[in-house]
Amino acid sequence: MRKSKKILALISAAAMTAGLMACGATSQETAQTGQTQEAADTQADAAQDVAAEDAAAEDTTAQEEASQDAGADLSGSISMAGSTSMEKLANAVAESFMAKYPGVTVTAEFTGSSAGIEAVTAGSVDIGNSSRALKEEEKAAGVVENVVAIDGIAVVVDPANTVKDLTKDQLIAIYTGETKNWSELGGEDAPIVVIGREAGSGTRGAFEELVGVEDACAYASELDSTGAVIAKVASTPGAIGYASLDAIDDTVTAVALEGVEPTVENIKAGSYFLSRPFVMATKGEISEQNETVQALFDYLASDEGKAVISGVGLITVD
Amino acid sequence: MSSIKSSKIRLSDLILKILINIAAAFSVVLLIGILAYVFLKGIGSVNLTFLTTVTSTLKGTVGIAGNIVNTLYIIVITLLIATPLGVGSAIYLNEYAKPGKLVRAIEFTTETLSGIPSIIFGLFGMMFFGTGLGLGYSILTGALTLTLMVLPLITRNTQEALKTVPDSYRSGALGMGATKWYMIRTILLPSAMPGIVTGIILAIGRIVGESAALLFTAGSGYLLPKGGMGILKKILESGGTLTIQLYLSMAKAEYSTAFGIAVILLLIVLFINWITKVLAKKLDVNNME
Amino acid sequence: MNGQESFSIIGNRKQKSAVEKAAQGIFTLCAFIAILAVASITAYMIMNGTPALFKVGVKEILFGTLWKPTAAGPSFGILYVILTSIIGTTLAVILGVPIGLFTAIFLAETAPKRLAAVVKPAVELLAGIPSVIYGLLGIMVLNPIMYKLELAVFKNSETHQFTGGANLLSAVLVLAIMILPTVINISESALRSVPPQLKSASLALGASHIQTIFRVILPAAKSGIVTAIVLGVGRAIGEAMAITLVSGSSVNIPLPFNSVRFLTTAIVSEMGYAAGVHRQVLFTIGLVLFVFIMIINVTLNKILKKGDVEQ
Repeated sequence: MRKSKKILALISAAAMTAGLMACGATSQETAQTGQTQEAADTQADAAQDVAAEDAAAEDTTAQEEASQDAGADLSGSISMAGSTSMEKLANAVAESFMAKYPGVTVTAEFTGSSAGIEAVTAGSVDIGNSSRALKEEEKAAGVVENVVAIDGIAVVVDPANTVKDLTKDQLIAIYTGETKNWSELGGEDAPIVVIGREAGSGTRGAFEELVGVEDACAYASELDSTGAVIAKVASTPGAIGYASLDAIDDTVTAVALEGVEPTVENIKAGSYFLSRPFVMATKGEISEQNETVQALFDYLASDEGKAVISGVGLITVD
Repeated sequence: MSSIKSSKIRLSDLILKILINIAAAFSVVLLIGILAYVFLKGIGSVNLTFLTTVTSTLKGTVGIAGNIVNTLYIIVITLLIATPLGVGSAIYLNEYAKPGKLVRAIEFTTETLSGIPSIIFGLFGMMFFGTGLGLGYSILTGALTLTLMVLPLITRNTQEALKTVPDSYRSGALGMGATKWYMIRTILLPSAMPGIVTGIILAIGRIVGESAALLFTAGSGYLLPKGGMGILKKILESGGTLTIQLYLSMAKAEYSTAFGIAVILLLIVLFINWITKVLAKKLDVNNME
Repeated sequence: MNGQESFSIIGNRKQKSAVEKAAQGIFTLCAFIAILAVASITAYMIMNGTPALFKVGVKEILFGTLWKPTAAGPSFGILYVILTSIIGTTLAVILGVPIGLFTAIFLAETAPKRLAAVVKPAVELLAGIPSVIYGLLGIMVLNPIMYKLELAVFKNSETHQFTGGANLLSAVLVLAIMILPTVINISESALRSVPPQLKSASLALGASHIQTIFRVILPAAKSGIVTAIVLGVGRAIGEAMAITLVSGSSVNIPLPFNSVRFLTTAIVSEMGYAAGVHRQVLFTIGLVLFVFIMIINVTLNKILKKGDVEQ
């Protein structure tokens, strides 16, 4: 008696689980069909609005409609890994992309630029985020450098610091440990606490290369992420650090370099010299990737995507 | 040799007594201060949005629902793997194995496993389960790594519980013609259940508090699983637990989030402690019969 | 006991044997998985930790002082890292164990019952909370204090590199606080489990309470207390997450106000992105840590056995 009861229980449990899974699949389908319905409705409206505009606009709208149609059915997952400076961008893009294509899951790990490139080379992720240009050996391994945005590196100090402007030479002296006190730079008599990033960081690589202090820096602290650097500088009087421009908030002050403020305009104009590309690297060209990844890059190149990129404080590439 | 009654001893007595009181006062103030500080700093962040949504960069809100779900996933999957293994090992050691070198070797290795720092488990898990088995950053990788960590706990507790079952039970059942496995299944395991459950709850406590072993194995994903197949798929996706999210928020100086998570973790540990006490009482009652 | 059980005790012999053998086989398998796990972790650490020793050289790694793994001409000297772990753990234990032990004595022997009833659950709660929370407290509370201290102590120094409060001292304090609940809990259990006859005998002979505690109860609880110390040391040397952000993470001589790296924090900081020889050296660091733990476990267990033999 007991044995057969157990078997019955097992079978009903299996049946219920199967039922649940089937239900889940159906509800996803229903959701997708519902989406296609909405897309069709929007298409109808858009078509009416566009009727009055010129041929070029009609073409673009048709393209967008076509991608909307494809997008509603788009499903799959994209995995990213890499730079912590790109965290804000990656999260914002992932969120808005997933809102547009609910069947897609985008996940991102933030392990540092070098780790991201290594992961995409090994094939364990679809996209490797890097906040520096790729090295020759990385490109030779078959990784393609897709620049999606330009970012500035801001040199930050705590808000109480009176020094607001530094020259490149002063930066070099600070980071190599020659200048140890803010009084030598016209500031208060306070020791300089030199904060930087860990060795695999794209931000560090870009900073050291652009300033010219590669392998020569004497750091008091090597922190693991952009956020950590900003946090440390904000809470330590006399600290100086470098971090991605889009992550800067009002808890720190970004100093001007050679008299040029770190703003989007100055970076675009080229007068602020600390800027570096945000790369979403892929193994092989974009056209060789799967449908979902291609859709992501299309999205990034579209107006919607560019709006997201500028929305987080970065500069779009044309 | 100073006599018990000499006044010199009274002085050293006094000094020691003062030291004891100072140490105790220091510890008490420190420990209670920590609890109060964390609670006060964190309770402000804990609200419905915090507990039921996922962090949104576009909306600018913070939510740990994904992390709570990930923690649950890791607990369940780890226990699903570790409990049978741990209970099985304990049954072997207690019921089947002949005392001798083999048993001592197994017990020595179990003890050693429990002393290895969690970062080494994390390294091993990342290379062996993550890269070697190709699981990458996933809840499964984390669960397999944590299994190795909680195995000694469950084995030891089950062994203790089995040891408290009187031998008369065993001989009685065998004397009536029961086979060993039948005896274990129907007599031993039910009697030892409270002890086994205690081991499981202690394991849950360890799992909830673990961070170093999960950083490079389970990853930092914070999204909720999608419905239907997604619930099972989540096991193979990256999932950051509450402790990992605490560490990441702390590193980015998002202290209000960090303290909010700390409060939740405190409450979980409180709950686990309370349940352990309740079970311990039940165990005593069982033994007294 | 249900008489209607279809699988009767007096069932088919062949069926029974098959199930019996299967059950025994499964249980044996389970037990061996434990051995397999430890064996494979040990083997893995050795297999992955030793190549670097040959590639870079034992002397260069273990006794070198320069750690620049990503420079054009990399150097992998971890001497300072090893020293930091040894000195940091020792200091943390020296700070934490006496305070913990005396608090345990307080809780087990000299505290008024109601106070003990309130404090003991608090200590148990703290023993169970995740270690990262201690790190959080370290950053919020300790680092600012340390920075002020640092500014005061090194006011006119020309050579000191200021760290903003993240230094060895902060890490040691965090570790000491972290091992406090563990040491208190286990020592207290050990003290409580000393047979009351010993205590009453000593008191009956005219010894004071304090004398009884220190000359009778404490020695009797020796094995439990040594266990507490071993666990405390194990926790201190193996801790990574709590001290990563409070210890500074540069590789320096372990002086109190220097930004330092422990064996554990070295692994955590760089594992995410290390490649090639760099990664292999990180495994070597893991191996060194592993060896230390083994040495500590074996040594302290020997002390335990010796104590038992004497008794």
